[in-house]
Amino acid sequence: MLYINCPHCGMRSQNEFSYGGDASVKRPELNKEVSDQEWDNFVYNRKSLRGKHLELWQHISGCRQWIKVERDTATHEIFRTFKADEEVA
Amino acid sequence: MTQAFRIENSGLINRDKKLSFKFNGKTYFGYEGDTLASALLANGVHLVGRSFKYHRPRGFFGAGVDEPYAVVQLYRNGETEPNIKATEQELFEGLEAKSVNCWPSVNFDIGAINNFLRIFLPAGFYYKTFMWPKSFWYRIYEPFIRKAAGLGVASIKHDKERYEHKYEYCDLLIAGSGPSGLASAYAAAKNGAKVILAEDKPRFGGSLLTSDVNIGNQSGKDWAEGIIAELKTMPNVVVKNRSQIFGYYDHNMLVMSEKVSDHLPTTKKYHPNKRLWYIRAKEVLISSGSIERPIVFGNNDTPGVMLSSAAKEYLKVYGVLVGRKPLVFTNNDSGYETAIEFKKHGVDPVVLDSRKNPESEIIDEAKNLGINIKNSYVVVAAQGYKKVKSADIASISEDKKQLGKIENIECDCICVSGFWTPTIHLASQSGNKTKFKEEIDAFIPGQSKQNEITLGAANGVFTLEETLKTSFKAGSELSKKITENDNEISIPNVVEKKSSQHDKFWCVPLPKGKNYKRFLDFQNDVAVSDIEIALREGYRSIEHVKRYTTLGMATDQGKTSNLNGLQLVSEIENKVVPAVGHTTFRPPYTPVSIGAIVGREVGKHSKPTRKSPMHSWHEKNNAVFVDAGVWLRPRYYKRGNENLFEASKREAKNVRTNVGVCDVTTLGKIDVKGPDAAELLNRVYTNAWLKLPVGKARYGVMLREDGIVMDDGTTTRISENHYHMTTTTAQAANVLSHLEYYLQLVWPELNVNVVSTTEQWAGAAIAGPKSRDLLQKLFPNSDVSNEGLPFMGYMEGDLFGVKARIFRISFSGELAYEVNVESDYGNFMWEKIMEVGKEFNIQPYGTEALSTLRIEMGHVAGSELDGRTIPFDNALEGLVSKKKDFIGKRSLQRSAFIAEDRQRIVGVVPLDKQTSIPEGSHLVKDDKAPLPNPKLGHISASCWSVEYDNPFSLAILKDGKNMIGQKLFAMSPLKNKVIPVEIVSSHYVDPKGERVRS
Repeated sequence: MLYINCPHCGMRSQNEFSYGGDASVKRPELNKEVSDQEWDNFVYNRKSLRGKHLELWQHISGCRQWIKVERDTATHEIFRTFKADEEVA
Repeated sequence: MTQAFRIENSGLINRDKKLSFKFNGKTYFGYEGDTLASALLANGVHLVGRSFKYHRPRGFFGAGVDEPYAVVQLYRNGETEPNIKATEQELFEGLEAKSVNCWPSVNFDIGAINNFLRIFLPAGFYYKTFMWPKSFWYRIYEPFIRKAAGLGVASIKHDKERYEHKYEYCDLLIAGSGPSGLASAYAAAKNGAKVILAEDKPRFGGSLLTSDVNIGNQSGKDWAEGIIAELKTMPNVVVKNRSQIFGYYDHNMLVMSEKVSDHLPTTKKYHPNKRLWYIRAKEVLISSGSIERPIVFGNNDTPGVMLSSAAKEYLKVYGVLVGRKPLVFTNNDSGYETAIEFKKHGVDPVVLDSRKNPESEIIDEAKNLGINIKNSYVVVAAQGYKKVKSADIASISEDKKQLGKIENIECDCICVSGFWTPTIHLASQSGNKTKFKEEIDAFIPGQSKQNEITLGAANGVFTLEETLKTSFKAGSELSKKITENDNEISIPNVVEKKSSQHDKFWCVPLPKGKNYKRFLDFQNDVAVSDIEIALREGYRSIEHVKRYTTLGMATDQGKTSNLNGLQLVSEIENKVVPAVGHTTFRPPYTPVSIGAIVGREVGKHSKPTRKSPMHSWHEKNNAVFVDAGVWLRPRYYKRGNENLFEASKREAKNVRTNVGVCDVTTLGKIDVKGPDAAELLNRVYTNAWLKLPVGKARYGVMLREDGIVMDDGTTTRISENHYHMTTTTAQAANVLSHLEYYLQLVWPELNVNVVSTTEQWAGAAIAGPKSRDLLQKLFPNSDVSNEGLPFMGYMEGDLFGVKARIFRISFSGELAYEVNVESDYGNFMWEKIMEVGKEFNIQPYGTEALSTLRIEMGHVAGSELDGRTIPFDNALEGLVSKKKDFIGKRSLQRSAFIAEDRQRIVGVVPLDKQTSIPEGSHLVKDDKAPLPNPKLGHISASCWSVEYDNPFSLAILKDGKNMIGQKLFAMSPLKNKVIPVEIVSSHYVDPKGERVRS
């Protein structure tokens, strides 16, 4: 079970969180003309990366904040975690 | 019965407490502190089971977790448990156990005929034999194999025992309480670190309990006892016996199963049977020791053949002689240690050593005691069927290829030692890449992946001095990093006898003309010949060889067989062992009770039960409840002998004619507050929200980004910046997460807060033509007329002194209201409604009537919003704004979603107006068409229309829009029904929606 450093609450076990997928996906702006391809990429197409992956988790049984987690999908190593509005350098 | 093989002056058992127990129906005696295995051996019982495949007689091979044979069915306090190792099960008064895998009895087992048919049962025989004819698999082969195989029978009764889960955090977790575990625990504890020390056996001390060593001028055993006693007094230390760490998972989380009650006749009151510990450790020290490995020879599975270390343990810990004429067969000095213990207790062993001329202090001691030692000698085969009677032995050439003349010597047990295999399971589970150590012919942990270190014998270190030195150091240094304390600990003086190099010899060649079975895996009956077949048939990867032959796949996970299997493959393949590699070690290290894994989450406790504040009223008034997610909701209120159908019909009819009241507390409720609340709603819902005035409610549909309907419900503007959103019962949690996602990540600029208020409000839906009259009486000071509180209106009211929210919304399609009060007043509200409603013939109605009412009105619910439908499918396209953007809008342009013949909700009536259509039935054009009959749609919900007194269903039907008036068939192969039906409008009752506005 992963041990995730919630930027708001500290180290917490994985069972307090729920997974939210790739954090690099950006929703197209509202009221903007979006091509089929762009929209498909947003809704469906995901890379199944091996290695470092920036992903979303929600601390659902804790502070309920969505956070970003940089995790290795092969080894489960967690490198860094970020608040929702924090820029990932 | 006498314990004929129990000797005086040896053992750690409590001879003052005699215990009686039964094995295969016969009564025996043992002592407190015995295992079932040691007690049986004390009584001279060697035959405990039959092997898995050939049903050959099997005895005891080990004395602990590595035991491959002695698996029994245990009976304790009216319960039964399979797959119990007799070598681990502690004896208690009244214990009962039976052999498994034999019928009719262990002494006469019909399956043993397999032993004589074994040429027909080679490796992979399941794959080869039971392939054809195909139809035989389900009817004949599988039931036969299931009956013949298996190690015991799982109980089908509900388990009365309780199991607990515990979460723990520590600085250092130490697996194993042998010399290494004790030393590192002690050093870390002295530095103030929070330490957990886990030992799987009842006694602490590991190898120190049986070895002849001296630490700090006391025996190893006394030293261990002293350390444990001191650790137990320290507040920063937890020491746990009977506790097996069986899994090493990500981020240094380990799981340990603590046997709290298995050693007692009954579980103490308020105690669990087992406790499962989830331990998050900063550092893990693996001191799991090593397991002796056998040397392979003919008939090496005969009862009486066992590991030499096990024989020593039975002698030193339990005071039991495993034989009176022992033959020790060894390739290293460990066999001599066992022989010396026999000799010291008045028994004359014979030692066969495969080595030519070994020399060491231990061997010298054996020689000085006058033990008969034969060098360059091996056991060729054990003789005897249910028990070793003699051994065929022979000298062996230096290249270990040629056997000398076969001699037969009498013996009643063969104690075998083929050197030691480090227990690297936990290290390997942690992701550690193991490496092969030539000097010991075994794998040891390599580069650590997580914060883990392996010490002592588990790391291939077999001298006590080195083990203590490295373990004290590791415990001290790792704890220093955490606590920043540095208490000096002097390492005690160690006296141990030096041993000589072991012989890299593991398998005795077959003598000419003999075809003895030489077993590698004793539990799964995998012999040398099986591996040879697998390799001959082209299997190369060790993982494939394992699966084809089942080597190492039994419940002992190959603890005594894996390395010899690798040796064999490497020899045949002419590779070195590390090039063959080992199979992956996976948790659990040893079998764990399913009960312990499940813990308290059984039956009612597997999920929380949520009840509305009016629950006790429902109970008192004969409600029959139904699970709605985690909620309990009244399904109907039973009157007299009514059944579900009669009661729900009565309740629904009363709503249509008088007035009914339904508990709608379970609906999800979310407070949406902030200056941008309207903007958020406008983006989340498909319809427009910016112009909703204060005091008005609106029905809304929300989509996922893929265009599928996620949820529906009404949202009311309570005040300028405050909205009260409702969701379906099932989606409440998901909708909140959904809103939080967009507010926190996508549109953080919106100034809105959302919070769940589901628990804060109790809700009652009052529905029916007389509902306004009732409402007026409940709120005499409010104007609830059609003008004062129009359809979709909202006001606050005073319910006999309690503040209430009144919504004019309807799910039933009737004139209806929903009243909310703070939860604590829920029951008060309900009782007032019932009391005042009496004169209007009010009746409570449950979810069944609620469904009937909504189905005949064509209102969609969870069975239509099933994660596969878009607004159009539910006839909700009128709520989809063309002017504004919202979540999921772009997806609605997908070609499938705008197809001319898109599926759509319709009503379905059976032509005979009698036959109810099962939910889930498929709609087809031709009931005689060959299978698979093309499906046009499916029945999503069915009811008995109280308006028309005939069955009515809703369906999602392809091209539903143009299908009204068509005749189709509803087919339910499950219920064996074919019903001719007519497609009608989904709005079966009051299609213009006049009643809700009346």
